[in-house]
Amino acid sequence: MVLMALALFLLGYLIGFVFFGPHGAFLGLIIASAIWIIMTLISFSGGDQIFLLASKAKPVTHDVHPQLFNVVEEMAISASLPVPKVYIINDPAPNAFATGRKPETASIAVTAGLLGRLNRDELQGVVAHEMSHILHRDILFVTLAGIMLGSIVLLSQVFLRGMFYSSMGGRRRYSSGSGGGGGAAMAIMLVVAILAAILAPIFAHLLYFALSRKREYLADAGAARLTRYPEGLACALEKIANDTSPQLAAANKVTAPMYIANPLKKKKGAKLSNLSSTHPPISERIKILRNMTHGAAFKDYAKAFTDVTKAGTVVPASALTQKEDVALRRPGALQKKNLHKNSSYAKSATSCGQSTASSSSLVSAD
Amino acid sequence: MIVLIVILAILVLLVLFVIGIYNALIRLRNQADNAWSQIDVQLKRRHDLIPNLVETAKGYMKHERETFEAITEARSRAMGAKTVAEASKAEGGLADALSKFMLVVENYPDLKANQNFLALQEELTSTENKIAFARQGYNDQVLFFNNKIQMFPSNIIAGTFNFTKRDFFELESEAERKVPKVSFTQ
Repeated sequence: MVLMALALFLLGYLIGFVFFGPHGAFLGLIIASAIWIIMTLISFSGGDQIFLLASKAKPVTHDVHPQLFNVVEEMAISASLPVPKVYIINDPAPNAFATGRKPETASIAVTAGLLGRLNRDELQGVVAHEMSHILHRDILFVTLAGIMLGSIVLLSQVFLRGMFYSSMGGRRRYSSGSGGGGGAAMAIMLVVAILAAILAPIFAHLLYFALSRKREYLADAGAARLTRYPEGLACALEKIANDTSPQLAAANKVTAPMYIANPLKKKKGAKLSNLSSTHPPISERIKILRNMTHGAAFKDYAKAFTDVTKAGTVVPASALTQKEDVALRRPGALQKKNLHKNSSYAKSATSCGQSTASSSSLVSAD
Repeated sequence: MIVLIVILAILVLLVLFVIGIYNALIRLRNQADNAWSQIDVQLKRRHDLIPNLVETAKGYMKHERETFEAITEARSRAMGAKTVAEASKAEGGLADALSKFMLVVENYPDLKANQNFLALQEELTSTENKIAFARQGYNDQVLFFNNKIQMFPSNIIAGTFNFTKRDFFELESEAERKVPKVSFTQ
């Protein structure tokens, strides 16, 4: 975030310098901040419901889908948050997302495809992941980063186009006032500014994607902690990864970071690079969750993350200082006696289970 | 004169100190009470669900009178619990009775297919999850409160104003205590 803001202001400074001379640098800075503030205001005045409207989500109550509603309530209790509004998107692609910059106005939306495929534990894992996004205020973070990204792209576009047209006109505004030695310095600044205008958007994109991926890992860690059952989310992710239904109709580049798994399917042949993805590789996320064999606290996730990716930690130090121990629990409900062979819980425990019949029938009735 | 001012200043500081600790104690106690009320709501909900569940199941399970009696008895005991410690024990017993009941249900496929029963089972599962998740929050609050009461110097003020320790909510289960947990899978 800080790096992105720096990139934005540097870009504004350079462009101001080139267009208006040394004294105009501040003007450029002011213009850059103005663009940023205006874009922030526009996107915030739209409210939290824009994503929901865009995805044609329908609000649901306890009567429409009791299990979904119950699971959301359970996770709200676990996270000590107010119960968010619940929406269902009528789309066969299994996915889910959360919106709302404050926990008080947050919403969680899941697709009908998700409800049809997951059992209770897996649904709980997905809802917990979204609840963690709300708890960590990721929607706010990602929105702000997105706005910053948009400002940088806009500014550099305006600059590059401006340069193009002014050079076509043959008269350069910046050289009118300054003489000999200043001209050489101006030329250098001009090259630096053009380079910055080309590179800054790329840099900002990479930062934005890195932020988004980190937040996904953290939400997974949070989900494990809230449910105390990482296997549920792992199974859900496995099912989502193996799904072959067409791409979610409502998804686009802007909303992609909000979903539990990247809703934009790879085009055939196009290799999605790791650096330019909003989500970490799903197989890696599953592997990390399955490596959490000793507990469900943040520190257990951090350990599993390092084991799997061989990279540094993804969990901020502030979360690791909590000396809490969160014990893993058995699948099914939190009641302890699911060990019976015939119990439906035991079946879903060993492998990723089938969806419960009741939930799918309820969705089709909707 | 100066000595008087110093003594006065120390006294004022002391009073402010006591007020601060007293308010902290009150805040922690209220938080614990609030966390308990969240559990209490769910416990009541479970008590309300059980008669419906038993009524629905009775039509299918003609020969399981003992199971029903055990549940009804455990329920009335749980409803009569007045303190957190009593509730811990009684609710644990109720959870045991219910899980035994759920195992018996496995032998009645018709009942398991009954939509009404499935809906009740979902509500019961959710209620037990909510109890378990709320329990963690409550026990955390109780730990903060009890620590404050027992640690110096707040223990002096707690003793003066009669703050007493709160009980943890443990959901004690008879079956759990008897059988030692041995697991090679995890």
